[in-house]
Amino acid sequence: MTMTFVEILFYLFSFVLIASSLVVISSRNTVHAVMFLVLAFINAAALFILLKAEFLAMLLIVVYVGAIAVLFLFVVMMLDVDSKTVKNEFNRHIPLLALVAIVIFTEIFLIIKMSGIKLYETKKLFPIAKEIHNTQAIGNVLYTDFILPFQISGAVLFVAMIGAIVLTLRDETRFIRKQKISDQVFRNRENSLEIVKVKSGKGIDL
Amino acid sequence: MNHLNIPIEYFITVSAIIFCIGLSGIFINRKNVISLLMSIEIMLLAVNINFVTFSSFLNDLVGQIFAIFVLTVAGAEAAIGLAILVIYFHNRHSIEIKTASSMKG
Repeated sequence: MTMTFVEILFYLFSFVLIASSLVVISSRNTVHAVMFLVLAFINAAALFILLKAEFLAMLLIVVYVGAIAVLFLFVVMMLDVDSKTVKNEFNRHIPLLALVAIVIFTEIFLIIKMSGIKLYETKKLFPIAKEIHNTQAIGNVLYTDFILPFQISGAVLFVAMIGAIVLTLRDETRFIRKQKISDQVFRNRENSLEIVKVKSGKGIDL
Repeated sequence: MNHLNIPIEYFITVSAIIFCIGLSGIFINRKNVISLLMSIEIMLLAVNINFVTFSSFLNDLVGQIFAIFVLTVAGAEAAIGLAILVIYFHNRHSIEIKTASSMKG
């Protein structure tokens, strides 16, 4: 049995994807975990290219590697969490948790195997046109039939942006200048005016 | 099996493995909220792989459109989560979620 080039690529990308995800959840060093998260997303993008979803592959790289991974790195380096505060004690529930994960995976795998997924010839809502490339096909659908979900997702991002700014803005008085009426009322000659005799040619220190 | 010689079950199995890895990562990394957020990102990636796989094999574009929306929500969730994490660290000087049950400001 000879494997084709595409199959070799599939096994390679899947193996690296699974291995780097395992490193992400088990690494003690958070910076290494973020780097392996980037590796996992790049391999997932490669799988998307194998599946002929090129636009989504590039979007995954731009959004995740360009924005979210950098955001994670920013936070990791800004918080400066040393490994002593995150204690390295062994979680004694790990065997149980591994058992739960294996049981869930086995159930999904049995469903996949036993049910025999059949790709029924359904009525396709938006069939993928062969003559135009993937980006154009997505744009044709996303900006016409899916314009309302598209706008709503933009609103979700906007709300998230405002929420993040409001949450992390520590010093509210830095950008808001209010009139302090009590300060103005209590201002008189003694606390606001000072008369200094200046010798000629010396100057004063303010 | 349209243009690839790889059956759809292989892609779904990879996606299921990634999902279970992310799920166990949530339980293992109880100490570190950053690792927890990364586990959630891994689970969302598994969901996206599933969407794109079915979109490609069924030759229907809706799966890819929905994957774009999942990406959007994942980005918003990561931004909000990290912002909460920053102020939490500023108040408590640690990112363990064990102490997060106390409501005292």
